[in-house]
Amino acid sequence: MRVAPSLIIGAVLSLAFVVMALVSLVWTPFDVTALAVGNRLVPPGDAHWLGTDHFGRDIFSMILVGARTSIAVALVAVGVGMVIGVPLGLTAASRAGSWFDDLIMRGNDLVFAFPALIIAILITAIFGPGAINAIIAIGIFNIPVFARLTRGAALSLWTRDFILAARLAGKGRARISLEHILPNVSNTLLVQATIQFSLAILAEAGLAYVGLGAQPPVPSWGRMLAEAQTMIALAPHVALVPGLAIVSTVLGLNLFGDGLRDLFDPRLQRGPA
Amino acid sequence: MTRFLLCRTISLLASLLVASLVIFLVLEVLPGDPARFMLGLNTSPEALAALREQLGLTAPLPARYLGWLAGMAVGDFGISYTYRVPVADLIVERLWVSLPLALYALTLSTLIAIPVGVLAAANRNGLIDFSAMGLTQIGIALPNFWFAMLLVLAFAVNLRWFSSGGFPGWQDPGAAVRALTLPAIALALPQASILARVMRSSLIDTLDEDYVRTARAKGLTRGQALWRHALRNALIPVVTIMGLQFSFLLAGAIIIENVFYLPGLGRLAFQAISARDLIVVRSVVMILVFAVITITFLVDIAYALIDPRLRRRAP
Repeated sequence: MRVAPSLIIGAVLSLAFVVMALVSLVWTPFDVTALAVGNRLVPPGDAHWLGTDHFGRDIFSMILVGARTSIAVALVAVGVGMVIGVPLGLTAASRAGSWFDDLIMRGNDLVFAFPALIIAILITAIFGPGAINAIIAIGIFNIPVFARLTRGAALSLWTRDFILAARLAGKGRARISLEHILPNVSNTLLVQATIQFSLAILAEAGLAYVGLGAQPPVPSWGRMLAEAQTMIALAPHVALVPGLAIVSTVLGLNLFGDGLRDLFDPRLQRGPA
Repeated sequence: MTRFLLCRTISLLASLLVASLVIFLVLEVLPGDPARFMLGLNTSPEALAALREQLGLTAPLPARYLGWLAGMAVGDFGISYTYRVPVADLIVERLWVSLPLALYALTLSTLIAIPVGVLAAANRNGLIDFSAMGLTQIGIALPNFWFAMLLVLAFAVNLRWFSSGGFPGWQDPGAAVRALTLPAIALALPQASILARVMRSSLIDTLDEDYVRTARAKGLTRGQALWRHALRNALIPVVTIMGLQFSFLLAGAIIIENVFYLPGLGRLAFQAISARDLIVVRSVVMILVFAVITITFLVDIAYALIDPRLRRRAP
């Protein structure tokens, strides 16, 4: 089987992102909480590979720790969406056309109608800003995505012969959903999870940028951008580096997700990217 | 068709009702006492009592909900607690920024996306297709607020073609459009990337249809078959996405409005949330939800008018 180059690029970029986060757990070139005002806005060079910010903090170290923040928030948010959304979708599909199915689908439509960002800001306003509330806010909007996707994929499986065989064997709906439907939709779910993960990273950056994500002194890419905004003309590297980190991570995850989908279902392959 | 319209209208009204109930309950019940939430911890009992009176918190919950609904039905959204003016006036004033900005961005996005998508599909798997799709991948990965910062650096700080933020008002339409140009570009590019990909894959699907092959067999060139037969049919999913994007642009401009200090609806919501002005918050959220649900409704109706097959798929 021929592996698409975009899949490899995506895998490498995604892996680099994970490695950065893992490395930051044991080692960073400099302490990200140590301020050195005499050393501020140093351009990229030998001592500080990516320069320093307006407090003299090492940007490379902050990018490493910021990757950790992004992963933690995005992973848990997508996890929340899957843990709640997938069972809802499976149950809705197993009782297609019932009042329960209707309720789930109408509920989904309703969540989609709410402006995600404003709800996220509202949640953080009521419960206070912080990583946990950013996770809740992003997670809520992941629930209908997974519920709808799981239901759609499961519905087409329920008409298949092997499901009929399982029913004839006397298995109940819940058991069939768990033992036969779920394994067969897991590829689709994995692909969507990759895409949602990249969207969650963008969302986390957006929330952190308006001051509602992880709070200081925990470094996050979005807040690094917010702090860099006022000195972008003075020291462009302070704004360029976190932005490039976000773009390459999200790009990598998207390419990885698209590549996985083509790999799992070659019929969908329609050419480049 | 009448039956379909009736069903869809009932479903529209039901969605709006449920949405309004959710918004009302979340804002009335979650923060505990709304008056205390709005005033903060250090407040005098007199101020608290006065605000509770002004908010109508002395009435029972169902009466308050119905009063809010009845007010909105006649355009009375209440008086803002922080701005001390009718919320309806505030919203209308902000819509004069948000609506043109959303339309501007949507126009730019469409003007970029449709030609790119069509070119990519027509040159499927070719060099143009490959580079266009590569660029759209980057466009999708771009956080629009970072892109906005780069635009400010290039076109406002270095080249000085545009101002870096603020809005002069519509007294001078030229200046107003100039002020909205960078924000519109920042909003449009990621949207255009998504739209171009939808356009491309939808057109590729239609180009494989039998009726396009028939048109080719009748002697039309590839280009003629594409323009006369495939493109029109391929536009259906594109229009759906455009509808969704328009409602997203209306509400999702919040961060971009913050970057450029634009007095739009999103910034109003953001400021109202920060100031804990729940009267403004619930009305702005309701207006945005109303816009999304209504746009979806209108797109559905438009499709049913164009394509009778869709009428049977009533909810």
